[in-house]
Amino acid sequence: MTGASTATQTRGSGVSVDGARQRALRKLRHDQTAKRERTLVTPEGAALTLTIGTFGERAGAFIIDFVIQWTVVLVVVFSVLGIAAQMGFGAWNIAGSFIGVFIFLFRNFYFVYFEMGRRSATPGKRLIGLRVAARNGGQLKANAVLARNFIREIEIGLPFSFLFMGGDQVNAWIGIFGFMWASVFMLFPLFNRDRLRAGDLIAGTWVLHSPKVKLAGDISQSSLASGQQGRFAFTPAQADAYGIHELHVLEQVLRNANADTRTEVADRIRAKISWARTPGERDIDFLEAYYAALRQRLEQRMLFGDRKEDKFDMR
Amino acid sequence: MTDVLKSYRFREEREAGWQALETILKRAESKGVRSLSDEDMMALPGLYRQAVSSLSVARNISLDRNLVTYLESLCTRAYFFVYGTRTTLNQRLVRFFSSDWPEAVRSAWGATLLAAFCMFGMALLAFLLCMSDMEWFWSFSASIMGDRTPNASTEYLRSTLYDGGAASEDMLAAFAGRLFSNNSQVALYAFALGFAFGVPTAFLLAYNGAILGAFCALFFDRGLGYEVMGWLLIHGVTELFAIVLAGAAGFLIGGAVAFPGRLSRLDSAKKAGNSAATIAAGCVVMLFLAALLEAFGRQLINVDEVRYAIAGTTLLLWFGYFYLPRNRSNVDNSPIGGADPSRLRP
Repeated sequence: MTGASTATQTRGSGVSVDGARQRALRKLRHDQTAKRERTLVTPEGAALTLTIGTFGERAGAFIIDFVIQWTVVLVVVFSVLGIAAQMGFGAWNIAGSFIGVFIFLFRNFYFVYFEMGRRSATPGKRLIGLRVAARNGGQLKANAVLARNFIREIEIGLPFSFLFMGGDQVNAWIGIFGFMWASVFMLFPLFNRDRLRAGDLIAGTWVLHSPKVKLAGDISQSSLASGQQGRFAFTPAQADAYGIHELHVLEQVLRNANADTRTEVADRIRAKISWARTPGERDIDFLEAYYAALRQRLEQRMLFGDRKEDKFDMR
Repeated sequence: MTDVLKSYRFREEREAGWQALETILKRAESKGVRSLSDEDMMALPGLYRQAVSSLSVARNISLDRNLVTYLESLCTRAYFFVYGTRTTLNQRLVRFFSSDWPEAVRSAWGATLLAAFCMFGMALLAFLLCMSDMEWFWSFSASIMGDRTPNASTEYLRSTLYDGGAASEDMLAAFAGRLFSNNSQVALYAFALGFAFGVPTAFLLAYNGAILGAFCALFFDRGLGYEVMGWLLIHGVTELFAIVLAGAAGFLIGGAVAFPGRLSRLDSAKKAGNSAATIAAGCVVMLFLAALLEAFGRQLINVDEVRYAIAGTTLLLWFGYFYLPRNRSNVDNSPIGGADPSRLRP
């Protein structure tokens, strides 16, 4: 990054130094997302881009599942105890072991049940937008789901059972060292490219980030629909002022941002392309019209094999 | 500015197809494959292929980012559905018991022998040490033995072997439940710990073996050997077999991670892991049966010969189930085409 900016500094143009820095930053960010992406070639020969779930997303999903699990367990335990209390002393014993069996089965087969299901994801994973898949792109087998979830005992159960070992000083030290040893399993996903936990490694699975995306309307059509496009006639030079990166930012602004941000963006674009604001011109109309013009220009260039990456890309 | 964008025209022509695909997927994901009509099933492959080719084109001609990410996510979902498993839970269970489980156990015979050696070897060692000098008992004893120690009287020890009559049947069910959940958790630990190259699994097996040996030695020492073996084996055949198999599953993955052989470490771990997990899941089933035998069978049957007969029968049944040669079932549930559907490029 420093190399790139010094190279442009020698050329002596203030704008390109800025441009080079922004580009380098963007490239860095792009590389980070690209590191999480894998290409799956389907039997039809098409390439799908899969995104690996991050450690944070995985941990978040686990915490959600954990909370769900223990909420259910607590509700069941209290209702069973409530029933047992009604039935008198003899029932306590049965209640106790019923709870034992229930906790064992629920703890171990909650994940298995949901991951074998149609969406290959527990409720927590579904909320975050994760799903389990076989690493070779094939079917997710029941064995694999069992394997990845049985291993969970040493990743979550073991470290925490060491942590809560307690006892005298020697035991406490053993507990601390045991915790450190067992944490290796818990933090395993941090130490490999595919963010595999020990269970994934054994099962031949990985966890993908594949949230559902809604198809939104095409912005280039909204200015046509509103009948406003007649008042905006951009010159080719004006439509060439920005690149693909800025187009995507503009799309983001038009889809998500509030009126203040839109005004700010519209003013900056007007200044850049020296557009004189006509009376009664609304920011949203201007932005949509400019988006359509810019996209048309850029897509046209792209068809001829010329991708204008950003506004600094002058060819 | 009056002409419509080419990429928009492209989208306009195909959007209905994408939406139809999305509707089918949504229904299949929430209500299952059976909720799909015949027309849906017929339309699905075509819609899927159309969406996939739309994606390839859209990447090259459209700069609408929402459109490209939408297609990306739609195609991924459709891919996992079209090439995913469609077996029902029932089919999976049948397959598990009829072929997957016994085959996994049979092919893991080496690891099973090793696990049995760890546990019973240590049991024998503890047994011999205790028989030579009962002081050893205290080194191996664990709190689970309660007051069954060398300090207890022979009469008391005998009474612990035939205590069933007093307990009500409710209590037995409770007892069975507790045994099942504790033992199964141990079995799953034995499997999971195998990941650390199998060393902790060996310790776990040896530790349980030592307790077993010391316990037997205590009763043999008082001339109660025949009785204690009946007491132990009525459920012990099933329970100990299950623990040994869980240990074998642990060794299987430990060995695959430590010594991958010709495969890459990842492939070898995966191959071993899948069959080891099948074995471990089967152990949970075995331990459930063992707990029933332990709670009901042992406490209600107080005749040594009957206990031995049951122990022998269970042993024969398990060995027959796991190791008798049988026709290999060649069930293949792969959906379209069969073979492994895809290649993955890094």
